[in-house]
Amino acid sequence: MYRIDFNKLRFLICDDNPHMRRILRTLLHSFGAREVYEAEDGATALEMYTHYVPDIVITDWSMPIFDGLELAQMIRQPESKGNPYAPIIMLTGHSEKRRVTVARDAGVTEFLAKPISAKGLYQRIMNVVANPRPFIKTKTYFGPDRRRNTTNTYIGPERRGSGEVEVLQQPSLLEKARSTI
Amino acid sequence: MAKDKPGTIEVKSFGTHHVITQPNPLRKMLLRVPESDLDDPVGRAEKALAGLSGEFKEWMTIEADRLSAAHATVLREGFNDKTREELFRAAHDIKGDAATFGYPSAAAAAESLCRIIEHAPDLAAVPAQLIAHHINAVQAIVRNRTKLDTAVVAGVLSKQLRGIADEFLTHANRDRPEHLEAILAPSIVPGE
Repeated sequence: MYRIDFNKLRFLICDDNPHMRRILRTLLHSFGAREVYEAEDGATALEMYTHYVPDIVITDWSMPIFDGLELAQMIRQPESKGNPYAPIIMLTGHSEKRRVTVARDAGVTEFLAKPISAKGLYQRIMNVVANPRPFIKTKTYFGPDRRRNTTNTYIGPERRGSGEVEVLQQPSLLEKARSTI
Repeated sequence: MAKDKPGTIEVKSFGTHHVITQPNPLRKMLLRVPESDLDDPVGRAEKALAGLSGEFKEWMTIEADRLSAAHATVLREGFNDKTREELFRAAHDIKGDAATFGYPSAAAAAESLCRIIEHAPDLAAVPAQLIAHHINAVQAIVRNRTKLDTAVVAGVLSKQLRGIADEFLTHANRDRPEHLEAILAPSIVPGE
């Protein structure tokens, strides 16, 4: 059995509603997290993201200045100085399937529909910590692999049958963060 | 806080895309514990949430008053981008928060209002009473929650409002298939 060592994780939560931020903070602290940073709009969140280099971002969708979707798109810039790979959990009152698809296409890692529950939040965090997905880069997308399931009934062309492998040295996120300060 | 060391990223290139695999920087945050481990972070968090519940009534009143204020502005100025946005945002926050605060019927009424704002082809053509009834329902549910028989009444009220709103939206969007599909699509949130 595995458990998450929350006191080593750094969170950034972004929600314009102060009550929801308070609830999120309470849940994360109860899980054992010590470092929880809060932003009330997308612009502040992006600034804090660069400054604090959080391990996990939890964001609302609807927010002033720019919303959670735009925040995800700005984080998922492969050439940016910050970390474009951080897990993003979208916590939102939007509960329609098409919204999930839009969020997924913006590079969101997990989607959690409100009302929030301790169990739902814990499961999403466990998922991003224990089962990270590879990233996919295309002309129009950069983010976690959107294929979550394998199916034997797929009959279309297989685009991942073979490929050339290149191994790159990954710069430390800490170094990246230092270089931006 | 993850003190990541430089790792290696494996990039597999295909015709139309690259698959990038990097070592999991959060792996060290996973602790293997015996099955007998009694720590229950979810239970602890639920208790902490229950500890906040004394403030929920006040929070809910603030949210409901914000919705009423946004509606009053709409009545005064009519619908424009700003007034529409504020009414939607206030309703959307209640939709997301109210069930957590112990007001699931207020969340349902607010969701119904969100659907009207999002899918009505012309908000000015929506019967003013339909919107007013949603606002009044949220206020009534929040103000009268302490009475013993209000939970059932609140549930029936929000269900009826949703039925009327859906009927209106289905008719108003009969020539807009993309909206009709969204209106009729099931929610991804499991039912109560």
